Amino acid sequence: MKKTYKIDVDCANCANKMEVAANSTAGVKQATVNFMTLKMVVEFDEGADPKSVMPAVLNACKKVEDDCEIFF
Amino acid sequence: MNRKQKKTLIRILIAAALLIALHFIPLQGEGLRWVKLLCYLVPYGIIGYDVLLKAGKGIRNRQPFDECFLMAVATIGALAMGILKSGDYVEAVAVMLFYQIGELFQSVAVGKSRRSISELMDIRPDYANLVTEAGTEKVDPDEVEIGSIIQVAPGEKVPIDGTVVEGHSTLNTAALTGESLPRSVKPGEDVLSGFVNMTGVLKVQTTREFGESTASKILNMVENASSLKSRSEAFISRFARVYTPVVCYAALALAVLGPVIRLVMGMSPDWMDWLMRALTFLVISCPCALVISIPLSFFAGIGGASSAGVLVKGSNYLEALASTRTVVFDKTGTMTEGVFEVAGVHHATVPTDELIEMAAYAECFSSHPISESLRRAYGKEIDENRVRDVQEISGKGVQAIVDGRQVAVGNEKLMQALGVLYEECRSIGTVVHVAVDGAYCGHILIADRVKPHAAEAITALKRRGVTRTVMLTGDRPEAAEQVARDLGISEVHAGLLPQDKVSMVEKLLNEKSRKDVLAFVGDGINDAPVLTRADVGIAMGALGSDAAIEAADIVLMDDDPLKIAKAIGIARKCMRIVRENIIFAIGVKLICLLLGAMGVAGMWLAIFADVGVMVLAVLNAIRALRVKNL
Repeated sequence: MKKTYKIDVDCANCANKMEVAANSTAGVKQATVNFMTLKMVVEFDEGADPKSVMPAVLNACKKVEDDCEIFF
Repeated sequence: MNRKQKKTLIRILIAAALLIALHFIPLQGEGLRWVKLLCYLVPYGIIGYDVLLKAGKGIRNRQPFDECFLMAVATIGALAMGILKSGDYVEAVAVMLFYQIGELFQSVAVGKSRRSISELMDIRPDYANLVTEAGTEKVDPDEVEIGSIIQVAPGEKVPIDGTVVEGHSTLNTAALTGESLPRSVKPGEDVLSGFVNMTGVLKVQTTREFGESTASKILNMVENASSLKSRSEAFISRFARVYTPVVCYAALALAVLGPVIRLVMGMSPDWMDWLMRALTFLVISCPCALVISIPLSFFAGIGGASSAGVLVKGSNYLEALASTRTVVFDKTGTMTEGVFEVAGVHHATVPTDELIEMAAYAECFSSHPISESLRRAYGKEIDENRVRDVQEISGKGVQAIVDGRQVAVGNEKLMQALGVLYEECRSIGTVVHVAVDGAYCGHILIADRVKPHAAEAITALKRRGVTRTVMLTGDRPEAAEQVARDLGISEVHAGLLPQDKVSMVEKLLNEKSRKDVLAFVGDGINDAPVLTRADVGIAMGALGSDAAIEAADIVLMDDDPLKIAKAIGIARKCMRIVRENIIFAIGVKLICLLLGAMGVAGMWLAIFADVGVMVLAVLNAIRALRVKNL
């Protein structure tokens, strides 16, 4: 399953860090962050529930970049 | 500017004003040492408190290598140097000030290009005027069912694909096709969502749901373009991940090893001097110029391309397109119109118009494309009362009585069956012989017309460095070779079935060198497998064809083959900017690092290496938006 989320982040390198953080979160198969369109596309693992995975993704992102937001 | 940016701007102005004011207040002397520090801490705090806070959070989250941390260490270090040695605190405040100016500029520039690119792609309709019994009602386009009637007033966007049922108007299609010439429509014609109505009120019967309409599909495609990143972008992200830690450790090494080596060599260690060099390193180590300018260049390139009617599904395709050396074309519908037309009348014993009139009347009840092209060539209303006793002879043609005369229209076999002596045709195309009352009257040549810009497009491609042009077609070899000769295409493979096209493209892929890219251009109708197999699949005239939008990597919204060369031009320009930015940003940083290590460059140059490079790289990236003259 693939879902697109709107995000808010200030710098391009921070967006890169969010991408790395999201990719290493359990339940995420692949995540890409586009700084220019401020969007995060997350492909979830088989059977993973976006509702429980996304808070973990946000948590991981907050750790690398405090000043970020994911709208889900 | 948004609120956050305005706040930063105010902070920058206050801090700058304070800094200038402090410059004129005499705070010299031993007794005023701590007063002076306190005075300078005020603007430092105003401009840098958020950076310091974020640096603290970064350390707590064990993510020390972010730019806030670097800035915090560098400025606190500079302050410490001021306390211990020089008594000069301007440097620390100025570094922070310039850092914030750079951040503000970046945020404004990125926001601005983000907006201008989304405006370019602003084809999303906000509402639809649904026609009901009570009048019209403004509704969400999502709620309009297939077959509903909607009204589109002048100045409004067509929200949903449909067919005009009432009204005449001209439509601006520029948002979808990049074509500035307006298109006029009348009842019975199709309109696509994203067109802008210019002159008259139209009533449109919808043929699709909003989600399935052209505008939605295109927006969806462009918005998802981002998930396919180019090699350059991947390189930069990897580089940034390595670069910052490496420079930080280098700074540490510089601060420790420099003095130690001097001590070993019996010189004075100069701890302060080496610490300063290390701090300079930290300021230069921020990778932001690189990280922002590469995706921004691609984003601007994709945005510029879409304003020219070229949709690119990802920056990786833009990158690939730039190194295209082989272009493979489909013939029908790509280089030719795919519509049959009367190309000439030969050996006519009666006036040309009359011959076409006879043929059109005899064929007037047939729906075959050839008959349709005859009727189009005749161009006048058909009076069916003039025709009787129409007799279709399968595989041969038609016989009918037109105006009381026996007219036979068909191929050689028909002429042979009737015992009429006919002239062979040496031109390429479908030949229709006409005989009236058993006497040969000449033949009409019907051929697929080559697109007006096709030859020009091939020349333009060759000028752009495309070395091999190949045409694949299911058509007969003679017809294909004729078209190829006319256009200047060097290689033709004719008589191919769809699966033969795939294996032919595979063969061509094997023949080219690994670095070069093969692009396939098709009209998308039955080329989907080939479009997917080629390095870059380009679908033309894809407006309204879902299969093509799905299968292709790059979509040309109208069917002008000149756009292929233009797309390559846009991609080349974008890649040139990307390379410029990579070389410029990395180059300046490395030079500054070197100068910093040698102690030649101070904090001021370091700020330029960070902020100045980023500003220039961002401005350069935005150039990719301008594609008019390519």
